[in-house]
Amino acid sequence: MKKAIKGNHAISYGVKLSKVGVISAYPITPQTTIVEELSEMCASKDLDASFIKVESEHSAMAALIGAATTGVRTFTATSGNGLLLMHEVLHWTAGARLPIVMANVNRAVSGVWNIWAEQTDSLAQRDTGWIQIYCESSQELLDAVIMAYKLAEKVMLPVMIAYDAFFLSHTTEIVDIPDADLVDRFIPPYVPPVSLNFDEPRMFGGFFATDYFYEHRYTLQQATHEALRYYPEVCREFHGVFGRAYDLVETYQAEDAEVILVTAGAITSVSRIAIDKLRAKGEKVGIMKLRMFRPIPVDCWRDVLGKARKVVVIDRNMSVGLGGVFASEIRSALYASDNRPPIYSVIAGLGGRDVTPEDVEGILNHVLTHDKPSDEPLFWGLKQ
Amino acid sequence: MQKMIDIPRQVLVEEELMQPGMTSCQGCAAPISMKIALKALGERTVVVLPACCFAVFVGGYPYSSLKVPIIHCPFETAAVVASGAAAALDVRGEKDVVVMAWAGDGGTFDIGMQALSGAAERNENILFVCYDNEAYMNTGIQRSSATPMGAWTTTTPAGSIKEESKKDIEQIMLAHHISYMATASAAYPDDMFRKFRKARQITGMKFIHLLSACPPGWRIDPANSIQVMRMATQSNVFPIYEVNKLRFSKDNQRFEEDWEYTINVFPERKVSVKGYLKSQGRFGLITDEMIDYTQKKVDRKWNELVQKQDNTNQVIQRQAGIC
Repeated sequence: MKKAIKGNHAISYGVKLSKVGVISAYPITPQTTIVEELSEMCASKDLDASFIKVESEHSAMAALIGAATTGVRTFTATSGNGLLLMHEVLHWTAGARLPIVMANVNRAVSGVWNIWAEQTDSLAQRDTGWIQIYCESSQELLDAVIMAYKLAEKVMLPVMIAYDAFFLSHTTEIVDIPDADLVDRFIPPYVPPVSLNFDEPRMFGGFFATDYFYEHRYTLQQATHEALRYYPEVCREFHGVFGRAYDLVETYQAEDAEVILVTAGAITSVSRIAIDKLRAKGEKVGIMKLRMFRPIPVDCWRDVLGKARKVVVIDRNMSVGLGGVFASEIRSALYASDNRPPIYSVIAGLGGRDVTPEDVEGILNHVLTHDKPSDEPLFWGLKQ
Repeated sequence: MQKMIDIPRQVLVEEELMQPGMTSCQGCAAPISMKIALKALGERTVVVLPACCFAVFVGGYPYSSLKVPIIHCPFETAAVVASGAAAALDVRGEKDVVVMAWAGDGGTFDIGMQALSGAAERNENILFVCYDNEAYMNTGIQRSSATPMGAWTTTTPAGSIKEESKKDIEQIMLAHHISYMATASAAYPDDMFRKFRKARQITGMKFIHLLSACPPGWRIDPANSIQVMRMATQSNVFPIYEVNKLRFSKDNQRFEEDWEYTINVFPERKVSVKGYLKSQGRFGLITDEMIDYTQKKVDRKWNELVQKQDNTNQVIQRQAGIC
């Protein structure tokens, strides 16, 4: 069934189709409409879930420790400051190997208020053990939720779906809502590998002294490798059932591209327009859109980017004192590779500043006309 | 010679859900309390443990000294993790399970307060137990908002002993209109057993405040823990009482709420507040003014409690008249 819905509601529909048992959430702009819609679905019994209306984001995530340990499928959503407040519990839930799925609407964070798009919030959670999937369209959001449960419950890691405030969260698009029976078959009811029961009472978590903790962390790292191997399989199966193809990355005109632009989220859509324009002028340019960012699909990045003469990364985020996070991680990923094209780091659109197709065209022209990247990132569109 | 307390048969013989091998300090009242609590609650109990002494001495991986499921959780989250577990058990259709959050005073009065307040306001179907040893004992005796006036701790050392009164957690919890609130002490195991049994039958938020002696933190002989806790009750510093929420509607239109206060232990032998305080090394530096102040505060609270119990009887009679 096709429906015109907002990006946030695409998430809500994905959660409903995934037959989540416990939802726990706290309102924050621009996430709020996800849980408003879910509240309606619960109230009208369209979704048979228990919705805990907690008093903070910290508690929103903590409630899911209790629920997921008890063996029920769980969901929460947040943005910006809310995600930062959850930070401790993000480490906990990943370390406890709980297959929680969360939507994070990327929102700027700073010492001044800004509610608009920026990815610094989710990128500040890189080290927690959460799998991160970045999305570009409402359809991709709905599909990403369903695939996230399949992945999370196989590798026992939590999954965060990250996407741009307003540009995606509040934009209405036509979305194909899959048939519930097909989704039921794609993700059968969750059966935890270790269950909380009373015949064989277990302790979940607890004190891991120096003789166990190191190995416990190692198994977490191994689980992320399994996620990298398993996600393409999830995508193939999804394609077979629902007809839409996804992968660890998505490319556009990248096959013969001499300059590859790396993007994540909604900037990808405007970049496609810029690429088409430059292609028409004979420039060999293309896009690699990041989808899975944690764990890092190193081989995949090397395959795509190794063929280019130049790589340019647009970061709608900033690690203060370093620069663009994606650019930095791509540099690291390519360092041990034989093919290491120069990497141009561009920061753009912080705090929801619009990045237009003309901006992306300008960025690409800059790269085409400069032989070497500068040491400092290029701050595109900065007012003087 | 003091009269022996009548301990009900169940407390002695009902199934033991706590196993030997705990590494708690000698004389710690927390495992004694847990032993009684689990006998009353039974094996279909989930224990939620935030950071606290208990989370450590319950057993490091891969050992557990409880024969019920345990969910460990971050320090400030016991009440909400318990809420999540209760919601999930409800989804699983397991309505007969009780979820008990078991937190120290730090995880209740201080860092745990926000999540606890949220869960209480939502009237979550959980039992929250605070075993209150009146300071951060796990980290080595630092003051909390449960530390009484005049107590020495490593962060209220000689020259700056604690000047503030202990936070009144019981009134705070009652201000949330919860279903059941009680105080209990392992010095009165029969009363404690009965209260956990009762809490198991009540739907909604239950809060039990346990006084829990800590020999190293209180600077007492481990052999005297129970005696010192009994003195706390006999001096009225820690009254043993319970509060039920009464709900009734006069004309099926108007909804009214009232409290039923019951004092469970009337001191058999009067102990002065000074006698109680001076039984512990932690009050070695307390001033006479602080002792006087504490005695007055304790007397006032006790009188209020007796008054509330009297009011309860009137409410019940009035209600009986209406019905």
